Amino acid sequence: METDLTRKASNVASAHAIRTDEADAPPALPRRSSAGRMDVRILLLVPALLLLVVAFIGPVGMLLSRAFTHPQIGMQNFVDLWERRGYLQVLWNTITIAAIATPICVLIGFPVAHAMTHGSARLRRWLIFIVLVPFWTSLLVRTFANVILLQRNGPLNAMLVGLGLTAEPLPLLYNITGLLFGAVQVLLPFVIFPLHAAMLRVDPTYMQAALTLGAGPARAFLRVYLPLTMPGLLTGATLVFISTLGYYVTPAMLGGPRQTMIAQLIQDQIAQFGNWGIAGALSLLLLLVSGVMLLLLQLTVGLKTVAR
Amino acid sequence: MKGDGLDRWRIFRGTVCILAALYLIAPLVIVVIISFSAASFLQFPPPGLSLRWYQNLFNSPAWTDSLGVSIKILIPSASIATLLGTAAAVAIVRGRIAGASIIGAALMLPILVPGIITAAALFGVYRGLGLNGTLTGLIIGHVVITMPYVVATVSSALKTMDPRLEDAAATLGAPPFAAFRRVTLPLLAPAILSGLLFAAVASFDELIVSLFVSSARVRPVAVQMWSNIRGDMDPTIAAIASLCFAFALLALLAEMILRRRTGVEPT
Amino acid sequence: MTASNGTNGPVLELRGVRKSYGGDVAVENVDLELRNEEFLTFLGPSGSGKTTTLMMVAGLQQPDAGSIRLGGKPVDRLPPYRRDIGMVFQNYALFPHMSVCRNVAFPLEMRGVGKPEIDRQVADVLQLVGLAAMGDRLPRQLSGGQQQRIALARAMVYHPALLLMDEPLGALDKKLREQMQREIKRIHRERRTSVLYVTHDQEEALTMSDRIAVFNKGRIEQIGTPEELYEHPTTRFVADFLGETNFLPGRMGASEKLSCRVHIGNQVFDAQTPAPVAPGTQVVVAVRPERLKVQPVAANGEGLSATLVDIVYLGNARRSVVRLADGRQCSVLQHASQADASRLAPGQALQLSWESRHATVFPDNHT
Repeated sequence: METDLTRKASNVASAHAIRTDEADAPPALPRRSSAGRMDVRILLLVPALLLLVVAFIGPVGMLLSRAFTHPQIGMQNFVDLWERRGYLQVLWNTITIAAIATPICVLIGFPVAHAMTHGSARLRRWLIFIVLVPFWTSLLVRTFANVILLQRNGPLNAMLVGLGLTAEPLPLLYNITGLLFGAVQVLLPFVIFPLHAAMLRVDPTYMQAALTLGAGPARAFLRVYLPLTMPGLLTGATLVFISTLGYYVTPAMLGGPRQTMIAQLIQDQIAQFGNWGIAGALSLLLLLVSGVMLLLLQLTVGLKTVAR
Repeated sequence: MKGDGLDRWRIFRGTVCILAALYLIAPLVIVVIISFSAASFLQFPPPGLSLRWYQNLFNSPAWTDSLGVSIKILIPSASIATLLGTAAAVAIVRGRIAGASIIGAALMLPILVPGIITAAALFGVYRGLGLNGTLTGLIIGHVVITMPYVVATVSSALKTMDPRLEDAAATLGAPPFAAFRRVTLPLLAPAILSGLLFAAVASFDELIVSLFVSSARVRPVAVQMWSNIRGDMDPTIAAIASLCFAFALLALLAEMILRRRTGVEPT
Repeated sequence: MTASNGTNGPVLELRGVRKSYGGDVAVENVDLELRNEEFLTFLGPSGSGKTTTLMMVAGLQQPDAGSIRLGGKPVDRLPPYRRDIGMVFQNYALFPHMSVCRNVAFPLEMRGVGKPEIDRQVADVLQLVGLAAMGDRLPRQLSGGQQQRIALARAMVYHPALLLMDEPLGALDKKLREQMQREIKRIHRERRTSVLYVTHDQEEALTMSDRIAVFNKGRIEQIGTPEELYEHPTTRFVADFLGETNFLPGRMGASEKLSCRVHIGNQVFDAQTPAPVAPGTQVVVAVRPERLKVQPVAANGEGLSATLVDIVYLGNARRSVVRLADGRQCSVLQHASQADASRLAPGQALQLSWESRHATVFPDNHT
């Protein structure tokens, strides 16, 4: 049951959760064609698809096209971006922040996922609950909580000073530390669940075989376990990276001016300057970077294993 | 597996887990505590306890209005998302449709694409249609964002469900709709409900699209919170945040109980 | 109470049925009839087309060509819920959210039977399968064997003209399987239903069936009673698939109707040939281990020379592994008493012989 919850949460939380159900589903019949069944099914799909196209794909397409049409047709917006280094700097910062947050998430998430998989059933239940609860809580709420937590005279600083770890309260807010603190907190479940799913599927006999063949626990882990969980790890990491790229609330509330991320830039361009062309161009770049990451994932892991 | 290398790993792992648990939970605990603060600034620990912020929440028209808007958005959008999403999931998983997996992936796009892009896109299109600042505009936006959750949840359950059950129903004389109603639907009910809850929570928490599409008069709670945070923060936000948290917790517990009750999936 | 189909013709007729997936042909040109009250088994290895054919009879798959008639009526375009069939699946497919009673009552509800009548019939059929007390249990509370019996009850409660069973005992362990085989036969006799049974287990097919259709690569190799198939296989595949067979390579000699002579080495033996084969063709002679007669080498040296390699103890029988002149090995099966009488020892020179009617010749198409 916990694994079902995990599976569900994993599917929902991560856009590219690994399919965990193949082992459970009964052997499939060859696909069948019974008279009349095909037609009905397509009808079921139409409303959702219609909504998707009209209310999502269309509008997004229009936004992206404005990169090439607003204020005039051509590549002017991209030239602008190239010349106004400030914007590209923001894009670069965004990518850097994502690149820092991702390994942190993996390093913290891996032991947690491992405990979830190989710990006792009780531990697993608690861990799943602890990871899910913040996940079900609004991003805004959590970020707001972090503001209180990280304040100069907030509880975290109080604890650090009280424990003697620092002499003075540290600046933990409105800088990269605060941003990462908040971001990793939100991103952890997106790494933990795919990793957990991947770990569940590692047959324990592989590790047993490695041990009987003379590999010590450390080497067995590095040479057998890690490679086997790599697809899950890479999936989670890609997810975290792509999510971070689009962050808006977290940098706005926890980061400083130097941590401005691309989403804030896009919002500014639209709300303050009405600069739809630049906004479209920036959106396009954002999607491109995400797309590249997904492509990398496909090449290393294969999206088939990752499909819903 | 024996060896003290393993014990060292276990200790390390346990430490990381405890720290991670604190890391994930602590902020929420703090918020709840502050919501009962007697002071009007965000001092932690609070100087005293009081319910004034909860009272403020329900007395201030800005907050009650926004709560009303949130609910007026949540109910239709979660329902529509669940209806459309479930239908789509059934079609993709059980129907014999060419390119089903591509269509399934496409339906997931709204949660893959960064919220800012979806928000800006909808805002742009709504300008021409006069849908900005309207409930309809917000509802459509929320359905788009929350439907993928339903599709994912229901698809997952459908794939785990034995397709032979529907075959069996057919050989026993059940026409397709009867088979769906008597066999598929009861077995899918937990997943559908789960998707509904998820869609509801997602709608309630949704900020980015709402930020763009809302107006001063028509704004859900999330946007109200946002403007409050950017302006003068006071523990009222903590109060509403605690309530959101409580709601999410209840939803999560309800979902877990539901799973155990229907007991459709054996351990 | 019999499951009569009201006519005197066959319950099921397949003519020229064909099905392919993409480029692969799963079922090719299947022709057969299932008679009233008959227990017909589709036997074959996985991928042989037996399950696909069953699915087409059920209406869960559509044939690309050919016709299917149930009780004389063409059902090609009829969906499963309008065919008069009952089906038992390998994994039982009991509805997990319904009790045993509700599961069994389901088809009756679909047919609009009134509640009191439903209760009566459900109790009746649960009695038939020996699970009268389990009505309120949920499927997951039952053992595998019990679930299978409920699945059977559910498929039979409305007296369908034809009962389809898709490897129903595959998931059970040996003892339970044998017990269920006896149960199914008993129910078949009592209710006199017509049954179409699919299995890959040839022992199961031999013990349970009135007739067997052996499938291989989408075609039916042979249909007949278990005895016909076992004693008089018409193709090499059937001889090989059912039971154990020795295949002795040789060259075809003269033949007359069904009898013929075969050259093995520079000796000539008698055998049967189900189909005409040109003299001189490379062939194999199929002889079952229990039909090979083995003797120490005699003066007249008439049998096929062989050396005894090993004797395997099987409890009530002995299997002698012998090596022929060309290095091939064969099995000879003897009953305990026969073996004691012949007193063979490893290394001994022997000669093998057989009665003409126990040897069948097939063209050697294998490399």
